[in-house]
Amino acid sequence: MGKRTVVPIGPFHPLQEEPEFFTLTVEGERVVDIDVRIGYNHRGIEKLSERKNFDQSTFVIERICGICSTSHPFAYTRAVEDVFPMEVPERAKYIRTIIAEGERIHSHLLWAGLAGHFLGYNTVFMWVWKLREEILDVMEILSGNRNNYAMFKPGGVRRDIQEEDIGPALAKIESILPTMDMLIAAIKDDPVIHARTKGVGVLSEEAAINFSALGPTSRASGVSRDVRVDSPYGVYDRVDWDMIVTENGDVYDKVVVRMLETIESARIMVQCLSNLPPGEIDANIESVPPGDGIGHIEAPRGETFHFVRSDGTNRPVRHKVRAPTFMNLPTFKSTVVGETVSDATIILAAIDPCYCCTERVAVRDDKGKKIYSGTDLVELSRKKTERIMSRMGIR
Amino acid sequence: MSIKLKALLKSPWVFHFSTGSCNNCDIEILDCLTPRFDIERFGMLLAGSIKHADVLLVTGSCNRMSADRLRKLYDQVPKPCLVVAIGECSMSRGMFIHSYNCPVPLDHIVPVDVYIPGCPPKPEAIIAGVVKLIEKVRSS
Ligand code: SF4
Repeated sequence: MGKRTVVPIGPFHPLQEEPEFFTLTVEGERVVDIDVRIGYNHRGIEKLSERKNFDQSTFVIERICGICSTSHPFAYTRAVEDVFPMEVPERAKYIRTIIAEGERIHSHLLWAGLAGHFLGYNTVFMWVWKLREEILDVMEILSGNRNNYAMFKPGGVRRDIQEEDIGPALAKIESILPTMDMLIAAIKDDPVIHARTKGVGVLSEEAAINFSALGPTSRASGVSRDVRVDSPYGVYDRVDWDMIVTENGDVYDKVVVRMLETIESARIMVQCLSNLPPGEIDANIESVPPGDGIGHIEAPRGETFHFVRSDGTNRPVRHKVRAPTFMNLPTFKSTVVGETVSDATIILAAIDPCYCCTERVAVRDDKGKKIYSGTDLVELSRKKTERIMSRMGIR
Repeated sequence: MSIKLKALLKSPWVFHFSTGSCNNCDIEILDCLTPRFDIERFGMLLAGSIKHADVLLVTGSCNRMSADRLRKLYDQVPKPCLVVAIGECSMSRGMFIHSYNCPVPLDHIVPVDVYIPGCPPKPEAIIAGVVKLIEKVRSS
């Protein structure tokens, strides 16, 4: 065994906008082990959500992550609607789908730009982000906001799409499609991108299944798993679109899957915008009866899962969030190990990690061996109280 | 105005520090660099290391993990250094004010020169804020 060196990356580094801490163990050029520490973004959102009422919570949930600012409220509202039988108005379903797909386009483009940046290809970064501005314009036309759309509420949507806005939005989407096609062709043809990404950081189909990888990370490895198909919500079962699945599982395939998905999303948006049915946009929920609800949707990075428990008051008593990056992070163990240090960054970036989403609490003992769950912690706390009580001679 | 400040205003290099944000503010900062807004025409450049920076752009609501580190980083910046708080989170902690993990607002940790409100502020607002900062220093 050669000499091992530990390369610490982070937590505050210029590579990604968010803080996180990687420890790469290398032998010469090869990475032999990797460890990720997160927690620099933790803001206690689940707890905050439990002290707000069902309606207000959507605004907090939206700020779990700026990029998935639709996915989280979408999953959360589905979870609330799952607590008791209710029907969301047709028009609201269409509007939700439109906003969710717009977000997918801007998220994938954002990632493609950053990936170009990591490869030292700043031209790609500039081009793609210029294109992304156009999508943000579409979103601004439709929702009034560039990033945090504030469109979702339990039972429907907060804001209607005006008839006179549909034409300009459609025209804008049509106008960027040729540029998008050109970009995809350019990325597919570029020999440098091929050399840097083909065969790099391969996640095999078996590993993807074993790690329960989600979203484009798994679809690039040949696992056809997509909540939009497996358990349709919104109006995905009524529009015409294809699930993109590729075989190789390397970084290149992850790029291709994401880029082709933007085209599919644009198709869905165009179909929904042209067939928007008239009618109500809100079911006007009066109260939420006691019960449990789960909601899951396909976010740009994979399946986002929310659990809500109601006790009949106007607040959720428990709200649990599971973001896709949580499932995708462990795949680093399979993809990065054995590669060179210079490829590590692009492989780390290839799952499109989003740490803001993933910052849920986990407590470890000081050797990092054991992870305590919530019940363990309660148990520990009880034992401590008992010890103190016996020391003080009470009981 | 000191000669150092005067030199700094010609081409302020910015370092971007996220103290637990939701990403949106950070993305809007990156957006400022891209062709539509192109903040580089004012001589502003994103610096990779804090030691090269003149301006610190801080986003997010300063959680317990990052508050100490922010203080440490601030101590390492060559002075004079200007601090810009971007977004509602870093101004007042915004909607995270009741969170158990966001103990103090940013300006209790480091001195702040300019606050840019918005959740997230638009790139135009960020550019306007930085221009105001330059004007403020120039007229002081
Ligand atoms: S101000 Fe708003 S957009 Fe900016 S980090 Fe905070 S929650 Fe996110």
